[in-house]
Amino acid sequence: MELFHNLALGFSTASSLANLFFCLIGVLLGTLIGVLPGIGATATIAMLLPITFQLEPVSSLIMLAGIYYGAQYGGSTTAILINMPGESSSAVTAIDGYQMARKGRAGAALAIAALGSFFAGTVSTFLVAVFAPPLTKIALEFGAAEYFSLMVVGLVSSIALASGSIVKALAMVVLGLLLGLVGTDIYSGAPRFTLGIREYADGLNFVAVAVGVFGIAEILRNLEGEKNRTVLITKVTGLLPTRDDFRKMFAPVVRGTIIGSALGILPGGGAILAAFASYTVEKRVSKTPQEFGHGAIAGVAGPESANNAGAQTSFIPLLTLGIPANPVMALMVGAMIIQGIVPGPNVATEQPALFWGIIASMWIGNLMLVVLNLPLIGLWVKLLTIPYYVLFPIIMAFCSIGVYSVNSNVYDLYAVAFFGFLGYALVKLRCEPAPLLLGFVLGPLLEENLRRAMILSRGDPSTFVTRPISATLLAIALVVLVVVLLPSIRAKREEVFQDEE
Amino acid sequence: MKSITIDKTNALCGAIFVLFGIFFALQSLDLTIGTAFRMGPGYFPLVLAGVLILLGVIIIVQAFRSLHEGVGPIAWRGLLFILPSAIFFGMTVRGLGFVPALFATAFIASFASSRMTPLMAALLSAGLTVFSVAVFSYGLGLPFRSFGPWLGF
Repeated sequence: MELFHNLALGFSTASSLANLFFCLIGVLLGTLIGVLPGIGATATIAMLLPITFQLEPVSSLIMLAGIYYGAQYGGSTTAILINMPGESSSAVTAIDGYQMARKGRAGAALAIAALGSFFAGTVSTFLVAVFAPPLTKIALEFGAAEYFSLMVVGLVSSIALASGSIVKALAMVVLGLLLGLVGTDIYSGAPRFTLGIREYADGLNFVAVAVGVFGIAEILRNLEGEKNRTVLITKVTGLLPTRDDFRKMFAPVVRGTIIGSALGILPGGGAILAAFASYTVEKRVSKTPQEFGHGAIAGVAGPESANNAGAQTSFIPLLTLGIPANPVMALMVGAMIIQGIVPGPNVATEQPALFWGIIASMWIGNLMLVVLNLPLIGLWVKLLTIPYYVLFPIIMAFCSIGVYSVNSNVYDLYAVAFFGFLGYALVKLRCEPAPLLLGFVLGPLLEENLRRAMILSRGDPSTFVTRPISATLLAIALVVLVVVLLPSIRAKREEVFQDEE
Repeated sequence: MKSITIDKTNALCGAIFVLFGIFFALQSLDLTIGTAFRMGPGYFPLVLAGVLILLGVIIIVQAFRSLHEGVGPIAWRGLLFILPSAIFFGMTVRGLGFVPALFATAFIASFASSRMTPLMAALLSAGLTVFSVAVFSYGLGLPFRSFGPWLGF
């Protein structure tokens, strides 16, 4: 019954007029960004962080969360209409969704994607509500050694889920960890790696690094080969799926939701992998696998549900442990810290209204998306006709304002340029940026907990394997690492990511 | 005789990691290392830097046996205009003030696309500046100076 009490608290918080308003703004902005290809949710949230400074903590987090899952919805619209993923997680939707659109069934494809996402969002929001409280109880038992081991698991999983070479992903994590250590050492107060620049004494600004590595690098990539986008359909009709469509979409939606919910918890971009996994599963179990690639309804319904479910459940590690599962969640950590909230297991007990308000707002946000987006589809289609060369100067300007407003530190803008260059160079050298950012966020936490654990154990490193929870976590990390390095799995993994490109 | 082919992309990638590793290692050596019991500020970064150098070397070694793949086109024009636009904003936002700095940032960034005409860029930047001042300075009340001391304000 505690669950209902908590949910009631959450809904009363989330349904205050102000919070409903910010949730609406969030999902609208998110959809807008999702629809526009070439600007991801990570860069958007980084850009929009300053808008949330003046808000209440609950409102600001509700809005940021809305941007995130709104972007998932918007991404599928672009995927279906112009065969180009607005968000990386909707890349799979483009395969069958675009084919449906070519057959004149764009309206049905959009509706299926929206309804599937709504179903997945509802179920996974409920899962977050059910699983978050017991997990926070476990997390409260965690000491420094457990936190260290848990972060190792997170970092290792982010490597497993990154596409491309594992060694490179590992190197990206380590580089990220090192970059995260820039700034004043917490124990001795010694400045580290600041090159004598006083402005970096508090460390490199996370928003600057995120905007550089994701935002700027993405703009540069889009500028490589400027292509004209052709919008297939200018007017979408026939939104309502037929009874036959409903019958065909039901099972894939349920399977997609399960896959997405499970994979979303894993660190390192669960939503993207969830969509691919769901597509593979649907193709396997389908009685008519030859339909896939030619407008199969299951090929839209499954992955769309999976990526939305994954987006929701990736809040679980953030809300319970304070550990971000992907770069967007890392930005949420940043937002919480700016608001004076230390993310971790204490949030649920100390700020129940905030904790449950965010969870309830996810469901409300999903409802808004279904109700608003299907009628607004005409507007989103119009947006697709805006040429990219008009968009990116706008993105640049907002990124600059966003980064500067965090600390009013002009050196943060130089960091943006540096990390934009570095991010672009590393992407060109086929390195995935997500592990770097995750390493960057976890670097200081990892070091702090390592040092604390070592002091507590009087310099005995066996503390990590003699404490049961810590030992289990390290064992999980080891298994994950061994599994991804196994030749057979490696071949399979490359196959999965092959489809992505 | 089999000729040795080098995947230049991976070799370069490994080299970048090694260089970063060396940079962090050298910097760490200037800090107190400490012991495993009481780690100094240099301990953890030194270990990580060592790991990074090792991984970089592995990537370079692997580059000698893997197939060659090009890096594809590079957005030189993008690099030339996008990166300086952010730096320009940083250098001028205090001196010139928010309005001129933002206008110039958007204007510079615009030329990263070969399709942008100067008139279009000016119009876009002007519109963007007006919008941003309305939203950020008035709407959100962020403490930006619209015009800075360099302009005599």
